[in-house]
Amino acid sequence: MPYIPHTPDEVRAMLEVIDAPSVEDLFADIPAGMRPRSFDLPKGRSEFEVIRHLESLAARNNTQMASFLGAGFYSHHIPSAVDALSGRGEFYTAYTPYQAEASQGTLQAIFEYQTAICRLMELDAANASVYDGGSALFEAMMMALRQTRRRKLVICESLSPIYRIMLSTYSANLNLDLTTISHAGGLPDFQALENAIDDQTAAIIVQNPNFFGAVLDYQRLFEQAHAKGALAILQVYPVLQSILKTPGEMGADVAVAEGQSLGLPLSFGGPYLGVMACSKGMIRQLPGRIAGRTTDVDGRTGYVLTLQAREQHIRRAKATSNICSNQALCALRAHIHMCLLGPEGLARTAEISMDNARYAAERLLEIPGVALLNDAPFGNEFAVTLPVSAFEVVNRLTAKGFLPGFPLGRYYHGMDNALLVACTEQNSREQIGILAELLRAEIATRNGGAV
Amino acid sequence: MKTAFQKSVPGRMATVPGEPTRRAVEMLPPELLRANPPRLPELSELDVVRHFTELSRRNFGVDANFYPLGSCTMKYNPKFTEQVAALPGFTRLHPLMGQLEDAGHHAQGALEVMYELERLLREITGMAAFTLHPMAGAHGELTGAMLIAAYHKSKGRQRTKVICPDSAHGTNPASAALAGFEVVNIESRDGIVDPEALAQALDENVAAVMLTCPNTLGLFEKHLDRIVELTHGVDALLYYDGANLNAILGKMRVGDVGFDVVHLNLHKTFGTPHGGGGPGAGPVGVAKRLEPFLPISRVVKLRDGRFFLDYDYPQSIGYVAPFYGNFGVLLKAYAYILRLGREGLIRVSENAVLAANYLRRRLEDAFEIPYNRVCMHEFVASAVRQAQNGVRALDLAKGLLDRGHHAPTVYFPLIVKECIMIEPTETESKATLDAFVDDLLELAELAQTSPETLATAPHATPVRRLDETKAARSMVLTDDAE
Repeated sequence: MPYIPHTPDEVRAMLEVIDAPSVEDLFADIPAGMRPRSFDLPKGRSEFEVIRHLESLAARNNTQMASFLGAGFYSHHIPSAVDALSGRGEFYTAYTPYQAEASQGTLQAIFEYQTAICRLMELDAANASVYDGGSALFEAMMMALRQTRRRKLVICESLSPIYRIMLSTYSANLNLDLTTISHAGGLPDFQALENAIDDQTAAIIVQNPNFFGAVLDYQRLFEQAHAKGALAILQVYPVLQSILKTPGEMGADVAVAEGQSLGLPLSFGGPYLGVMACSKGMIRQLPGRIAGRTTDVDGRTGYVLTLQAREQHIRRAKATSNICSNQALCALRAHIHMCLLGPEGLARTAEISMDNARYAAERLLEIPGVALLNDAPFGNEFAVTLPVSAFEVVNRLTAKGFLPGFPLGRYYHGMDNALLVACTEQNSREQIGILAELLRAEIATRNGGAV
Repeated sequence: MKTAFQKSVPGRMATVPGEPTRRAVEMLPPELLRANPPRLPELSELDVVRHFTELSRRNFGVDANFYPLGSCTMKYNPKFTEQVAALPGFTRLHPLMGQLEDAGHHAQGALEVMYELERLLREITGMAAFTLHPMAGAHGELTGAMLIAAYHKSKGRQRTKVICPDSAHGTNPASAALAGFEVVNIESRDGIVDPEALAQALDENVAAVMLTCPNTLGLFEKHLDRIVELTHGVDALLYYDGANLNAILGKMRVGDVGFDVVHLNLHKTFGTPHGGGGPGAGPVGVAKRLEPFLPISRVVKLRDGRFFLDYDYPQSIGYVAPFYGNFGVLLKAYAYILRLGREGLIRVSENAVLAANYLRRRLEDAFEIPYNRVCMHEFVASAVRQAQNGVRALDLAKGLLDRGHHAPTVYFPLIVKECIMIEPTETESKATLDAFVDDLLELAELAQTSPETLATAPHATPVRRLDETKAARSMVLTDDAE
């Protein structure tokens, strides 16, 4: 039997010590009436056969397309050393570091990751991770509710629609007032957001770059929130955060991010990385695990999980969150990635991605009928309106091996002709040129040949 | 050992892209840019490799050490599953490709993995339907609690309470509370749920009862049929915490015996690695009456054999994950199940239960075993006798570290004093089990003859006993805080 080492002799020897006649006897507590009605599973296969089977399934996924699809999840180069180092058995087969003396590798790595995140965000503390960007946003929201003891959240509609659905799912039974302020042509309506914040508001939640790719400054909005006793939650994109105005500079109380762009493959939706950082005053509200530095009996520097009184295994129903397993290995990968790229590498990645996006915008805007959704500054992603359905364009171009972007109508009512286009350092100028040509041809066809 | 930041040398670079054509200041107005670059480490690639290699050497892991952690199921993580999860046909796939009409056409392999895994999990557990979206066990518990709330809401009632036994894992009450419920604890009797206590606590305001079986003491819930009857009697739902599923594969299916909602821990029962604290995966299975509320999307197979992601479920609770769950983890569990097959999975539970009982019998003379009867895949010992000499469960744990074993779970469940919860799993050899017993017996001996040596353990680890009080008091959570 795979992975089970016991020989029949060893089984017999153990049964003798137990003083049981057979292994089946050890299950006597399960009455006959509770035995499985069926257990109709396939016969076990050899390692070779299973690998072959999975390879054939992998081959049925088309990952060869030139892709301009982002929408919060981006294909950046992951240096080989990230796999090599995080693939060490001492890291990935380790357990949660509750026995700190036997887990200094994991704990120091978490401590360093927390430090890197704080420096990226210019905030005071970070946790060891939560599941993904959406759950990070939910946990940030819960932090604000606990801190202010208020029940209202003001949410910008240009925050990821995927995450807004998650927030509403998690909030369903919590008696909260989630107020969504409509976007204006892919931009936050600052006046409406300001008007919506009152003395019942726990927090304002925005995203930079926003879902449409626009890069803005939320400092004034955050000042307005603070003036009313509300907190500011900012969701960011870690790669671009290496050059953009920081949550700290803007006065955010909590910053969250999807950490996938830091060394995690797209992998059809996960595992990803929920990044959370906060200001000093919010530390006790942080959910999840946190590593802290201390000393041992000989005065050596060491690391432990700390402030555990916040967590489920101590506080149970009164914990800051229910989270137990988080995404530790993903946080390790992200930290290794940040160490390999460094400030210059991350900045260059952001800049090349942004430069490619500007070139793509130029080429696409040459096509008659194609316009930018708005004229706000953008990062590496921008939205265009087309004279035809973006859904159809995506369908037709994927058949030709090009994924031109994300049809915004998927999540935004009345935006069926809008396409969200992302570039990273992995897109070449040549690819962008072909994309523009294909799009031009597609639009021309749909317009009955008129160019 | 220095941190990566302490090793940083200004200007040093590792894996950076080539110089960009334009810099940020040429593309965005300065007021949108950060004033200073982030102070991330500046290291060479070799610096990074050395640093993390050295860090890895300061860790225990299943690959090197026995980890008899109760309720964690630290079984061997098969290497071929890493290979399978790293296939570029999976790693390079953008999740949104599953949702775009024709692009779904280009993700058929991934959709089939999900569809097939759900099918296998249904058969393993006897549940009617599954969602693979929850990204950890506790996340599965939260999802389950939300499904329970949706069920009662659909019946036009507002039930506010969830019952948990005092032996429940902390995530059970924490998850119920996060879903808006009030948690009621009931006391165990003779280590298991007392149907009388349950009957007293049950009323028309109870939404659900959360159980695990075997429970956290490794004991089979003998009154399970009565518990099912009582719970369903008030139309409350019965929740199964799947952390201990390793004990009952092929021996009992929770769907058959009356559980309504179940979460599984793929990083326990199905051999995916713990990663130092995740990523895991916590798929949730439901009985038919809860199916309409499952999170969207759901993988559907069309008549022509193609798969697609269906979002059209009006009663769904919504999204619990951004996409379809921790797909890279799901892949490993899928491969594991295919590898083991029917017989392999049954042998898993048989050998897990055999190993646990073997350890129990070998340790019962030296240690107090509160419920010393046939256990399932784990059992609980208590260090009360050793504590009389000043040697507590914590000290024994540290003593085990010195002998190269990770300690068992200590101080959980809360209902046993000086608790030591031991779960060997089915993948450890008899030689390893015997070495562990010998070491633990030696520690019990030391607890009698020279207890002071254990109070100062561990001695052989990279750091010795750490000051946790100081850590919480001084709150140094980054390299910048002192």
